[in-house]
Amino acid sequence: MKYMLLLYSAPGAAPDPETPEGQANRKAWLSLTDEMDAAGILLGGDALQPHTTATTLRVRDGETLLTDGPFAETKETLAGFYLLDVADLDAATAWAARMPIAPYGSVELRPVLEIARP
Amino acid sequence: MTAAAALERAYRDERAAVLATLTRHVGGDLGLAEDAVQDAFAEAAAQWPERGVPDRPGAWLTVTARRRAIDRLRRERAMDDRLRHLVRLDSDTPSPDEDPDGASALADDRLRMIFTCCHPALAPEARIALTLRTLGGLTTPELARAFLVREATMQQRVVRAKRKIAVAGIPYRVPPDEQLPDRLGGVLRVVYLIFNEGHTATTGPDLVRAGLCDEALRLARLVAELMPDEPEALGLLALLLLVDARRAARTDDGGSFVALEHQDRTRWDAARIEEGLAVLDRAVRLRRPGSYQLQAAIAALHAEAPTFADTDWRQIAALYARLAELEPSPVVAINRAVAVAQADGPQDGLAILDALAADPRLDRYQPLHAARAELLRRTGDAAAARAAYERAIALTANEREREELERRLSAT
Repeated sequence: MKYMLLLYSAPGAAPDPETPEGQANRKAWLSLTDEMDAAGILLGGDALQPHTTATTLRVRDGETLLTDGPFAETKETLAGFYLLDVADLDAATAWAARMPIAPYGSVELRPVLEIARP
Repeated sequence: MTAAAALERAYRDERAAVLATLTRHVGGDLGLAEDAVQDAFAEAAAQWPERGVPDRPGAWLTVTARRRAIDRLRRERAMDDRLRHLVRLDSDTPSPDEDPDGASALADDRLRMIFTCCHPALAPEARIALTLRTLGGLTTPELARAFLVREATMQQRVVRAKRKIAVAGIPYRVPPDEQLPDRLGGVLRVVYLIFNEGHTATTGPDLVRAGLCDEALRLARLVAELMPDEPEALGLLALLLLVDARRAARTDDGGSFVALEHQDRTRWDAARIEEGLAVLDRAVRLRRPGSYQLQAAIAALHAEAPTFADTDWRQIAALYARLAELEPSPVVAINRAVAVAQADGPQDGLAILDALAADPRLDRYQPLHAARAELLRRTGDAAAARAAYERAIALTANEREREELERRLSAT
């Protein structure tokens, strides 16, 4: 099954990349990503630029509306994502629990709705 | 036995096992399995009176339900993975004469069912509802009455949970060893909560709610039987048996709540107590203590005491102290304070409660004020006791409990 893992954290919750903790955090991300890749379950994933750089688009009455930033003010914002293909939810949560963001942020696991294309 | 009696018995004794097995056969699709099992019972109701009751009703129902599942999938074959199950079902549907699954396979299926229904990715109230529905055979209207919610609400809760199991890929299996301690804890918690719902339901003549205690006991027995080497599973069963043994003595003839102190101990169920003590003994011999075993040990000391005064309060206080280390909570601290007060005098108990009362988060915590009132009364500080009773009464929602507190206040 395919799962989208949406990684959330509060701005400033991640360790500062300039510090030893930040370096260790980066290393942990890279090695976990390598491990998922080697396990053959990694379909994609990346970190995202901060939510302050986001643009939200809607089309209403045929008109395209752009707004600066995400729609809702929330404490935690989307910081990155992974797309995994694993056996079931237990397997997906086992990987999610090892993500460096889990102790200071959260991981939302969403099953992918696979739409067959003819 | 008449066909009707056989059918009723099969529904009561075999439905959960048939459902658990079929759920595995259809790849964990609980909704489909439930529908197919319902179909099979409808077919049994139509056929058994004419053609006679099959030798093994459970096997007959499983095979019939499997065929009905195939029919249903054929009618609505929309998704690829469902078609895959269909092919598998087609290839291994045995005749009713063959034993489709041995006894251990049946036990495994029921374990799978419990672990799936109690999966932590489901909302806590959905875990309870699904468990009672699949393993206890409670209907949605019964569940709604038991949990004091509207039928539509309960219906939605169950449907949403079943859908999440199917769509989110919650596996239909017993978790691997490394996850088992956590996940078993979740299962035991569900059974414990079901018991508590029934146990604390002292309002109204609602038999369904009291029936939850019986359901919880049945589930606790099942888990303990399926996992006989898990001391906490045994500990929970022992705890429920020992607490439930006091059921008849917990209310008086008028239906009012009777505190442990004033219970007629001759009305305690001696057979339940004996069984509870034996189960606890088995748990303790596995030498892996846990919170249910500690709570059962406390209940055992109450069960063995000839009177409230002649209870081994020192031992109970020590057990609560260990429980507080494992699972610190205000409830445990208050119970420990009450036991210490019995063993060493009210002042020592009050010292523990006063430390708790310093926490502003517990300002509106009724049990704390009720316990303080009681111990203050015993130290002879009537004014402070009255103030604490009044505070407790203001925070009490349960009618019977309020009556009891008001009675005590007027006697202070």
